Amino acid sequence: MSDTLADKSQIDPSKRTWLIATGCAGTVGGVAAAIPFVSTFQPSERAKAAGAAVEVDISALKPGEKMTVEWRGKPVWIVKRTPEQMANLKKNDGQLADPNSERKPSELTPEYARNEARSRSVKPEVLVVVGICSHLGCSPSDKFQTGAQPSLPDDWQGGFLCPCHGSTFDMAGRVFKNKPAPDNLEVPPYVYLADSKLLIGEDKKA
Amino acid sequence: MAEFKEISPNASTGEKLTNWFENRLPSAFEAYRVHMSEYYAPKNFNFWYIFGSLAMLVLVIQIVTGIFLTMHYKPDAAQAFGSVEYIMRDVPWGWLVRYMHSTGASAFFVVVYLHMFRGLIYGSYRKPRELVWIFGCAIFLCLMAEAFMGYLLPWGQMSYWGAQVIVNLFAAIPFVGPDLALLIRGDYVVGDATLNRFFSFHVIAVPLVLLGLVVAHLMALHDVGSNNPDGVEIKGPHAPKDAQGHPLDGIPFHPYYTVHDIFGVSVFLMVFSAIIFFAPEFGGYALEYNNFIPADPLKTPAHIAPVWYFTPYYSMLRAITSEMMYALIACVLGAAVLSVVKFKMANLFKGVILGGAVVVVAMMLAIDAKFWGVLVMGGAVVILFFLPWLDSSPVKSIRYRPDWHKYLYGIFVINFVVLAYLGVQPPSPIGERVSQVGTLFYFGFFLLMPWWSRLGQAKPVPSRVTFAAH
Repeated sequence: MSDTLADKSQIDPSKRTWLIATGCAGTVGGVAAAIPFVSTFQPSERAKAAGAAVEVDISALKPGEKMTVEWRGKPVWIVKRTPEQMANLKKNDGQLADPNSERKPSELTPEYARNEARSRSVKPEVLVVVGICSHLGCSPSDKFQTGAQPSLPDDWQGGFLCPCHGSTFDMAGRVFKNKPAPDNLEVPPYVYLADSKLLIGEDKKA
Repeated sequence: MAEFKEISPNASTGEKLTNWFENRLPSAFEAYRVHMSEYYAPKNFNFWYIFGSLAMLVLVIQIVTGIFLTMHYKPDAAQAFGSVEYIMRDVPWGWLVRYMHSTGASAFFVVVYLHMFRGLIYGSYRKPRELVWIFGCAIFLCLMAEAFMGYLLPWGQMSYWGAQVIVNLFAAIPFVGPDLALLIRGDYVVGDATLNRFFSFHVIAVPLVLLGLVVAHLMALHDVGSNNPDGVEIKGPHAPKDAQGHPLDGIPFHPYYTVHDIFGVSVFLMVFSAIIFFAPEFGGYALEYNNFIPADPLKTPAHIAPVWYFTPYYSMLRAITSEMMYALIACVLGAAVLSVVKFKMANLFKGVILGGAVVVVAMMLAIDAKFWGVLVMGGAVVILFFLPWLDSSPVKSIRYRPDWHKYLYGIFVINFVVLAYLGVQPPSPIGERVSQVGTLFYFGFFLLMPWWSRLGQAKPVPSRVTFAAH
């Protein structure tokens, strides 16, 4: 190898400069060519367009019951709370991480739901939340029964328990302190089209 | 170009054919000599040395069964679950191919964990084998990616929610996280786009990288030569050699170790077949029961856990709670103060260390525990890459280390198994504490290795390998 290496005087500096320049240009071109490939990882136009609002009829929902509808591929829960469940919400305030829904309000809680029950004032007993835990995206299970039970505190007032990492939420989807989940459950934009007709995904009457 | 060899016209047809090829493709013959017939491996290998060959075997099994599964599988959220059931019920012998592939995944991790443990106890990662070890760690990372993405493909409940949790881990990274998670999923939730791209990665992208790394691993190994249970170099300048310069303590890989490995392969295949035929689900550990329910994006199963080979890292992820952060902050501050007090260095460096520690602590207080959990989980694998530079023991092999090192390695293994066990269990307050202690031990074992591996009196290392003819 050593004798094939040209000694310094034989190096043609202009050729070398052009080699380096060509190499740099090639690298830039290579990076540019990678952009379209990486871009294909983004959600497609179809996926972006799929977020249409969903109309739900809640006339059959009885107090204490929950129904689940799919919106943007996620479960949206509609819970009609009993007067007792509504009254119990206050008892949790001291143990909640964000009782007044002040954290990330623009993402998690629309203005009209920034209250104790996290619902619209037309029907305060109806809770509408995205049933996805703010920790790692599992869907919490219903634990509406009050009192002591496995994985839950003894003074449990009813709510939701995430099976993945044990985060707990109250009947308004507010997260308890010292749990893996940092935030309350997301309240999607929604509006009542009629007394028992809900539109999920839009909050301005069309 | 090699010289063109003429052969006697009286030579046999076989010899003529060989000669024809040797003149046209000499590198194949050279490769056979370098890697097989004249690759001298230490003659004192014990059973721990079978797992490298077994890993190759399992790799071949996974590739072959994977090719045949791809012929019947449909990477489509609406059809994936059904196509796997179709393979299991309607494709002739499809159940066997599928069980070979699913059992093969678990077998791969069993074999690779044992292979890595062998490297750990005999110091096979130490100079000059650092690159062999690093390529091996990269292979391990690729395997984890393969296993994770492959697990989504049957589109069962565990596939779906496992992927949901792991992809959301990336969302915990500050600033870029949410966008990164979106790029990985290709949709706002795990869906058809995710399944399709995981399929592409699982069947072609990652296997190509994996094969390249296996070649690099073997080339690096054959260039520096295998280590052995004594940690004695058989090819060094002072190692005894015969008249041809071949090491006296080495034997050619072929035929000695090829025959030896065929025996190991037979034993392995007996166990492997027994599992495939009699316990393919392995009590819910190799194939989780919840995965026989089609993916339902609206309902998480009551108990979700990763497949067993990921559970030690999953335990460490769960161990990092906001309480645990205070323990970690104490560790960072302790380490910084200790290094400033204990080591001689310029004041500038001391300032940099203390300043760095303060910045890290500030970040630990500011950023959510979730992110640090992700970092700990990733760090548990990444730290393995640095092992060659963490070990400062004067001897390579555990045989000549102080006796208490053996107990320490024993505790390390037990700790790893306990973490793995806790990872399959539902979260509990006691489990959380134990996994927190386990996580600290795991990292302490590696990060304090430069200190503890130096302690104690090493035993004298023989100049030749320990070998009794049999």
